[in-house]
Amino acid sequence: MAGLLKQRNIIAVLIVFAIVFPFITNNNYFIHIMTLAFIWIIGVYGLNLLAGYTGYLSLAHAGFFAIGAYSLALLTTKAQMNYWLAFVLALIITSVLGMIIGLISLRTKEHFFAIYTLCVGYIIYLVIDKWDSLTGGVRGLIGIPAPGNIGPIEFNTPISNYYLVLFFLLITVLVVYRIVHSLTGRTYIAIRNSEDLAQTIGINTMKNKLMVFVISTFFAGLAGALYASFIRFIGPDIGYITITFDLLTYLIVGGIGTLSGPVIGTILIVWVSQQLQFLQDYRMMIFGPILTLLVIFYPRGISGGFIDWRAKRKEKKQNQLNLENQQMLSAQETSAASNKNG
Amino acid sequence: MLKVDNISVKYGSFVAIRDINIEVNQGEIVVLLGANGAGKSTTFNTISGLNKPFQGEVIFEGKKIDKLSADKVVKEGIVQCAEGRKLFPAMSVYENLKMGAYVHRKNKAQIKETMDHVFELFPILQQKKDDPAGSLSGGQQQMVAIGRALMARPKVMMLDEPSVGLAPLIVEQMFEVIQQINREGTTILLAEQNANAALKIATKGYVFENGNVVVEGTSEELFSNDSVRKAYIGA
Repeated sequence: MAGLLKQRNIIAVLIVFAIVFPFITNNNYFIHIMTLAFIWIIGVYGLNLLAGYTGYLSLAHAGFFAIGAYSLALLTTKAQMNYWLAFVLALIITSVLGMIIGLISLRTKEHFFAIYTLCVGYIIYLVIDKWDSLTGGVRGLIGIPAPGNIGPIEFNTPISNYYLVLFFLLITVLVVYRIVHSLTGRTYIAIRNSEDLAQTIGINTMKNKLMVFVISTFFAGLAGALYASFIRFIGPDIGYITITFDLLTYLIVGGIGTLSGPVIGTILIVWVSQQLQFLQDYRMMIFGPILTLLVIFYPRGISGGFIDWRAKRKEKKQNQLNLENQQMLSAQETSAASNKNG
Repeated sequence: MLKVDNISVKYGSFVAIRDINIEVNQGEIVVLLGANGAGKSTTFNTISGLNKPFQGEVIFEGKKIDKLSADKVVKEGIVQCAEGRKLFPAMSVYENLKMGAYVHRKNKAQIKETMDHVFELFPILQQKKDDPAGSLSGGQQQMVAIGRALMARPKVMMLDEPSVGLAPLIVEQMFEVIQQINREGTTILLAEQNANAALKIATKGYVFENGNVVVEGTSEELFSNDSVRKAYIGA
């Protein structure tokens, strides 16, 4: 039983489940929802690196998501570029814009950073919305091609798209895992702890913050590009603030600053909100209170709450063990003493 | 070796330290005495590059360092061991120490060697190396803080009130270790309120009051200075 609960095994089971999921359900709608959820998760992982691990709450992420999506859409439709070339270019464009914006916005800290990036996000939305000749304005862009063939593999069915997105998701998780468990990841955590302290042990904080900002926007752009070619139609609303807050909600519910948080939060909320669709916008009357309670009682979300619970249980066990050892020792001592006396 | 030349630092419009002059020679232990808010920490933060002086300069081994960012100052060889035992509480002792060697991160062999040396100085840390630093006692946390500063292999180490909040016995141990580190070739700059203990190991000292240096001299001179005795030694 204990072996079953090992982290490695849980991850293996989840991956296997994700792979066989399309065979379990024949419902294309479910596959569609799951693919979308996977795309969001990629974006949430990007946000998590920046907001969770480094402590910089960026509210511009929908903007970068949109930049990724629009770059791909424009390059494939208007420039008629090869899909995968456009895909790579879209990621580069997002990262470069991320670097420029990061260079400026990272000079602010804490809530000033949040407010600044909120404005940046809104400006990106406005540019997309108003630049009619390039982005099509409110009408958006249509006719975005599905991902191009890779050799014999085609991506024109929901299932093949599902696997493509799953593939990128797994790579994202792997990359984030490697970053978090490296010195680089600890550097980010050190910056979150205290920037001054990080500096006094020799960390160039600006360089590291810029790096994580760019990585973070890269994943937002990746999610955006996948979204564009999956939905095949995009409008300026994908860059709107609500998307940022959706991503943030997924992250907070799942567990900010944890590795499993983005997966747990996103899948949970996406499915619950599907189930509650009959309530329309009144869904928020359920989500609002839940989110508030969660932030009060489990500020590190479901995943963080579980980690804390496990740490506490381990500590309890350790104390129990120490106590038993002590009792045993003292019992031995008394028996030794009585032997001596006798 | 390290020369603080007439620096003044402002926080907003408030002048925190004014016209501070400090000279530290290779191999010395120099102590900054003074009450809370006298300007000791501000002076340290200015040397380590966290604060920028609006007047004066800091010169280290003939190089002007007051315009450098804090991480560059660490690379030059000046490392600050911050006040209040600031650690990374969720990281293990081992990880904390490893973070201290950030500037030498490419040199794995050297990191291992320095870490072994830290464990020699503080054997208890080896036992607790996998525990989260936040779970340690005050004295042990101070050991991690000093150990982490050592990991950067500093030429000059600045210790900001290493004795604050520790039991007298632990304070004594701490000062022994500081002397040991000094004997091994690290120049020490020490900020303290515990003048008695600090002056015993120091070669010279500066007394801070309201952002100014009011008295300076060798430890013997300070020990025999009446006003210093009254204010800081209590005898």
